[in-house]
Amino acid sequence: MSGYIARRLLQGVVAIVGALLIVFVAQRLSGDPVALMLPMDATEEDFAAMRQALGLDRPLPAQFVVFIANAVQGDFGDSYQWQAPAMALLLERLPATLELALAGLVFALLLAVPLGVISAVHRGGVVDRVAKIFAMLGQAVPGFWIGLLLILFIAVELQWLPAFGRGGLANLVLPAIALGWYPVAAMTRTLRSSMLDILDSDYVRMERAIGLPERWIVWRFALRNAFVPLVTMIGVYFANMLGGAFVIEVVFAWPGVGRAVVDAVFARDFPVVQAGVVLAAVVFVVVNLIVDLSYGFIDPRIRHG
Amino acid sequence: MSAAKLLAWLRPSKRRERPTAREMQPDRVAEPRTGRLEVRDLKTHLFLKRGVLKAVDGVSFDLAARETLGLIGESGSGKTMTGLSLLGLPPKPAGRIVEGSVKLDGRELVGLPEDVLVDEVRGRQIAMISQDPMTSLNPVFTVGAQVAAPIRAHGLAQASAALGMAVDELDRVRVPSARERARDFPHQFSGGMRQRVVAAMAIACRPRLLIADEPTSALDVTIQVQFMDLIERLQDETDAALLFITHDLGVAASLCHRIAVMYAGRIVELADATELYAAPKHPYSQGLLASVPKLGRRGERLTAIPGNPPNPLDLPSGCAFHPCCPHATEQCRREAPPTVAVDGSGEVACWLHV
Repeated sequence: MSGYIARRLLQGVVAIVGALLIVFVAQRLSGDPVALMLPMDATEEDFAAMRQALGLDRPLPAQFVVFIANAVQGDFGDSYQWQAPAMALLLERLPATLELALAGLVFALLLAVPLGVISAVHRGGVVDRVAKIFAMLGQAVPGFWIGLLLILFIAVELQWLPAFGRGGLANLVLPAIALGWYPVAAMTRTLRSSMLDILDSDYVRMERAIGLPERWIVWRFALRNAFVPLVTMIGVYFANMLGGAFVIEVVFAWPGVGRAVVDAVFARDFPVVQAGVVLAAVVFVVVNLIVDLSYGFIDPRIRHG
Repeated sequence: MSAAKLLAWLRPSKRRERPTAREMQPDRVAEPRTGRLEVRDLKTHLFLKRGVLKAVDGVSFDLAARETLGLIGESGSGKTMTGLSLLGLPPKPAGRIVEGSVKLDGRELVGLPEDVLVDEVRGRQIAMISQDPMTSLNPVFTVGAQVAAPIRAHGLAQASAALGMAVDELDRVRVPSARERARDFPHQFSGGMRQRVVAAMAIACRPRLLIADEPTSALDVTIQVQFMDLIERLQDETDAALLFITHDLGVAASLCHRIAVMYAGRIVELADATELYAAPKHPYSQGLLASVPKLGRRGERLTAIPGNPPNPLDLPSGCAFHPCCPHATEQCRREAPPTVAVDGSGEVACWLHV
């Protein structure tokens, strides 16, 4: 198991270095930053002096080493807009994004687990058919549109819940639904099909033959097996929610990382954008690592294998 | 729902007495061969889109305490379906017991509501050892938890006490260092050891009837012998009746007191094991025994039963075996033979013996 963790950690480091390389190259491809910084009438000497000051006159590999060394320390330069370290600006907003993504995930699971299990147990029943329609809608309707509808009906018409901003639990509900909407469909279908397989397995037959109550068999003995494929999906979708929540964050004016990065793109605030890309990569790697470790927790064969 | 209520819902807490040692091991006098299990004219049909499959079509037999009855026949003859029917578990949704009676210690089981079957019959009075030990255990729970599950489900003990009893059961089926092994997962056990764990799950609540569905076909021959010894000993210790389903005539001969031969959903011959092997009466039993290779008779061609097994959805008229039977007459084609007693304790369903 520890060898396995070490291997996964190493793979994570490689992925993050890859992200850093892309950021570095993209930065150099987007044109000469000095031309943006200096006035139109600057002389050739001014350019040379500026390049030297920024270290841009050195060979690319040397520049990359410096870039990596800074990045490892979390230094992506200062934000042009805010005159503050770019990464610190984003990290400050990370808790808001984490909160939203977790709430979205909880919403998705609260809906997907009972729907998936009941669909499998009562195959072809009412819940199964409703869940099927729900799944189709979930896949077809984008989250931001659901968000707008929720704002329109729940927040504006009925005035039950606030439409935007971060605050108490009430503020969290609508954006969490909008964000968790999409994965519900896929999670329900995955859980349903793995539950169908498991409920038809020899060990469930054995559990029935020794008189275990059906609710134990379904909700305890079978469900734990069905969680293995589900956890993979949770990892993928949770990472997507963390990195890709910006649309929902913009719709609900949620003060998260995603919205800050989108703002930075419009303001051409490159250090913040770069820090955002690297942060997303780190988050993805960390979430996947947690998912890999939780497999071992759920399925002992992976723990010992 | 409160947490306590939820817990109660997940763990039914009816406490029942475990059978005492005396109940489990009554005086070792031979009981008359009546009583424990009475199956009469049992019919389990599968209602498929392509038609009705009469998997079990009028099966009757008796089984006494501590007696072993072998149920033999080829694949699809209805052996397993008979076992599942005794548990009230014909495959859903197609399968249904359409007729007949199953009495265990005088109590009628056919028609009992599902919750009574779950609570009082399955695992408690009748248990089944399934065919394939590699797939019969839940991969993500410890074997201790799995053996403890029926003990808890049937209210014999709660959590930690049940685990202790599970260790005792693992000990009983001769799993070495049971206390430590109870914490291991199925994939850490060999095939033979897994089959012992399955047996421990089955006998944990001291069932009155044990059904073993080809428990040895997935095991190596040496492990088979060990496991059969174990089953015999468990049956002895728990006083259970044993229904042993197999297609292996050798295994059946060494373990069973009596043997029932099934063909196309019916028992065609039922006799003492020694009698059946010495002088099979039904032409199908004769064919079956003639097709077994024997030690010391090298080079002889094995006899095969002519023709093909019947299409289960469209059985031949009259006696289902008549197209393959060397003695078939016009009567066999027209009318199914009744089951008649023949000399000794046997019975046979064949016009030759009416």
